[in-house]
Amino acid sequence: MMYEIRDLRLSFPDMTQKPLLGPAPRIEVLKGLSFDLPKGAVLGIVGGSGSGKSTLGRAMLRLLEPSAGSITFDGTDITHMQEAQLRGMRQRFQMIFQDPMSSLNPRRKVGGIIAGPLKLHGLDGLQARVDEALDMVGLPRSFAQRYPHELSGGQRQRVGIARAIALRPAFILADEIVSGLDVSSQAQVLNLLGELVRELGLTLAFVSHDLSVIRRLCDRVLVLHQGVIVEEGETAALFEAPQEAYTRALLEAIPLPDPDQPWE
Amino acid sequence: MSSYLTIKNLTVRLKNGAPILRAVSLDVAAGQVHGLVGESGAGKSMIGKAVLGTLPRALQVTSGEIWLDGVDLLSLPASERRRRIGATAALIPQDPLTALNPSKRIGPQITRRLVDILGWRKQDAEARALDLLGEVHIPDPARVMRSYPHELSGGMRQRILIASAFAAEPKLIIADEPTTALDVTVQKQILRLIGEMQARHNTALLFVTHDLGVVSKVCDTLSVLYAGKVVEEARMQRFFMRPIHPYSAALLAATPTYTNPDSGLTPVPQTVTDAVEREVREHDLRAGA
Repeated sequence: MMYEIRDLRLSFPDMTQKPLLGPAPRIEVLKGLSFDLPKGAVLGIVGGSGSGKSTLGRAMLRLLEPSAGSITFDGTDITHMQEAQLRGMRQRFQMIFQDPMSSLNPRRKVGGIIAGPLKLHGLDGLQARVDEALDMVGLPRSFAQRYPHELSGGQRQRVGIARAIALRPAFILADEIVSGLDVSSQAQVLNLLGELVRELGLTLAFVSHDLSVIRRLCDRVLVLHQGVIVEEGETAALFEAPQEAYTRALLEAIPLPDPDQPWE
Repeated sequence: MSSYLTIKNLTVRLKNGAPILRAVSLDVAAGQVHGLVGESGAGKSMIGKAVLGTLPRALQVTSGEIWLDGVDLLSLPASERRRRIGATAALIPQDPLTALNPSKRIGPQITRRLVDILGWRKQDAEARALDLLGEVHIPDPARVMRSYPHELSGGMRQRILIASAFAAEPKLIIADEPTTALDVTVQKQILRLIGEMQARHNTALLFVTHDLGVVSKVCDTLSVLYAGKVVEEARMQRFFMRPIHPYSAALLAATPTYTNPDSGLTPVPQTVTDAVEREVREHDLRAGA
């Protein structure tokens, strides 16, 4: 198993309710989630805004520390692991961010952006690794000399993918990585991601509010609602015969590009 | 036929002469919903801004006509034009949070236009606002009138902006990506509400969106834009059955649908973008000649 997650709980202090003296009351965002993510699987995490889908992703990468429960990554319990130890682990789980414009440093060239994490993890042969990463995402090697603002949205998102895969991680979290893209570049980025998963044997968690994209890319789906797993299962089964009313409502609300779809 | 909005050969350019809209023509009748579809940068929002007179300063209309309820807006002096637009057209914006003033209560934000621009009495405007909030299915309208925007959910705020757009009984409403910031379940309610209000008030509606799914649910006709040029204009049923322009067909093929695991995710082929780029260049040559 890539991930074994048991009764995962995570809460934040509610600063709007904080008394003048003393601690703020806590709001529980993840309310006891349990699931397994097998190696090589592509898991879609869906839900409305505020459902906790991004928080779950960030907890899996231990960017947030759970308040209860456990997260086991590839056999190692990382639930409360200290930052110093985590740093050694981080090479193995990476993230691609939603908005490449704000997650790529505008003052650094693409080559430097991709090399950044490689240096941090003390890897050698930077140039070769950067070139290889650019090859894998289908960008010309000359792009290493360009700045993010010189690229299109789809190309920028490829740089985000290159930075993540350059470390050769086992697991990648992709958080809403196509929601800012037009359909034409969305298709390219998703196809690329699908190919990389197969070629590199990656395990992927794909956070999205768009069920149509999930259907095309993922083999398992987890539906979140208000911090609870509503339904989890194989993609085809879940889409063809959703068991829960919330999943059905979510599916029925999607406007299909088809004027004959019933819409009442 | 009574067209509330007719645009003829509208060309908008940057101050340096680069075209943003290229001879756009379209026609929206009373009670009709016309969609403007295209990818980012295609100029779909700019059409709405040109009609409402809210183009960014760097842009100007260099030729063409905009007829709003029988009046050629571009032939009017600026002050008269603004008055005319304020009285006959309204906007439903994309982001319901930034469109409302966070430091003012909801009530005055709806009534201001009626009182200041249209010269209504305050009591009449407030009564009208209460009615409208009821019409957009907001529970306890009196309380909402006294609320601040941050006290309300995104869906509620979007309902308020819809009510506000219909307040002065405009002939034309321009909805610019009105549901892009919302969850699908809320989006569905809001789209239905816009459709319901538009039909009841017999308004002409210009609906700007990048989402072909949304278009197929709310529009009667649509224009597909590429680089500021209308590449296809069609009735809804025909468009989805048989798109004529290769770019339209490619857009449809790139859109995934959850009902079909093999659908979508065919990137727009290079040959199609090359062809449509060529079409745009040829148009520019003709326009320059």
